[in-house]
Amino acid sequence: MSSSRNNDPFWWSFFGAGGVFSSFFIPIHVLLLGIALPLAWWTVEPETLLELVRHPLARIYLFMLISLTLFHAAHRIRFTLHDLLLAKQIDTPAAYLCYTGAIVGTVVTLVTVWTL
Amino acid sequence: MDKTIKIQVRRYLPEKQPDPFWQEYEVPLEPKWGVLDALIYIKDHLDGSLSYRWSCHMGVCGSCGMMVNGEPALTCATFLEEYQPGPIRIEPLANFKVLRDLIIDTDDFMGKLKSVKPWLITDEKRDITDGENRQTPAELKAFKQYTLCINCMLCYSACPVVGLNEDFVGPAAIALAQRYNYDNRDSGNAARHDTLLAHGGAFDCTLIGECSRACPKHVDPTGAIQRYKADGAMEYWKRLIWPKAATAPKNDGIVKQID
Repeated sequence: MSSSRNNDPFWWSFFGAGGVFSSFFIPIHVLLLGIALPLAWWTVEPETLLELVRHPLARIYLFMLISLTLFHAAHRIRFTLHDLLLAKQIDTPAAYLCYTGAIVGTVVTLVTVWTL
Repeated sequence: MDKTIKIQVRRYLPEKQPDPFWQEYEVPLEPKWGVLDALIYIKDHLDGSLSYRWSCHMGVCGSCGMMVNGEPALTCATFLEEYQPGPIRIEPLANFKVLRDLIIDTDDFMGKLKSVKPWLITDEKRDITDGENRQTPAELKAFKQYTLCINCMLCYSACPVVGLNEDFVGPAAIALAQRYNYDNRDSGNAARHDTLLAHGGAFDCTLIGECSRACPKHVDPTGAIQRYKADGAMEYWKRLIWPKAATAPKNDGIVKQID
């Protein structure tokens, strides 16, 4: 076993937080915006929604929801690649690719949420 | 012989030929015979050169684990009748070095098991006059499930991560580490964190869950590993942000083996 520090617990923390956060809240968004709104079970003016998401708490919520979900997905995709391709060699490039994607996504989310 | 069933055994006799080969035997299909009984019959009546491990014949010792039709199983608890009309293919446990026929090398597993210090580590020295170290039923329940592990290594055969990553400490070792971590008499968590947080530790697990499916004792190593990940992640952040608050290894020496 290598003596260098293992950073997997670091990434796992975001994976775990993202899993909890997204499993609680993503279904609500899917129900409201993906089903209820298109089927006209519920109607809302776009201006009203924009006003809602401009509230500081809503901005923080959206940032956490999107960013943590990205980290959750990154970690799961990394491990799925590892398991599906049955290759240890894939792990380091997959880790860089997935986590870089999540970090870039987080920055984009931050800018978007900030400037809404 | 009334009814029979064919058994195909993956043989490996390194002194005779360098590669493994398949050999077929025909054994009586007796009611209630386990796959192990068929192997014993082969050794006693058909081919004395066949080698395999077994001991208790009752699902407790954990010696007779083999691959039966590609699935890791305790051969004493796997019945011939379930595999009719056959043939049944028997191989040594996957993910292990094979020494001979169905006998695997357990040294690697034993080393990994030892690395998580699966024994009671106590802070204070106790002697016989201190009497029993009493526990409430609730305190026992916190870890009892993990004591049921019989070290049969089926979970190592079932785990794809073990197959890919030879450094991975593995399901049973982590479940047994948790058996002591959740024991209120134990204070060895810090010593175990050193192994479980490192490369090859619990975070190498990709949560496939095959270990829990293979476990004949329903220990649920997957659950044990997931619980460790939550505890281990907390410990990781403590060590990163405020090393003084991290669980300091107090003692690694006073050791009582209780199981």
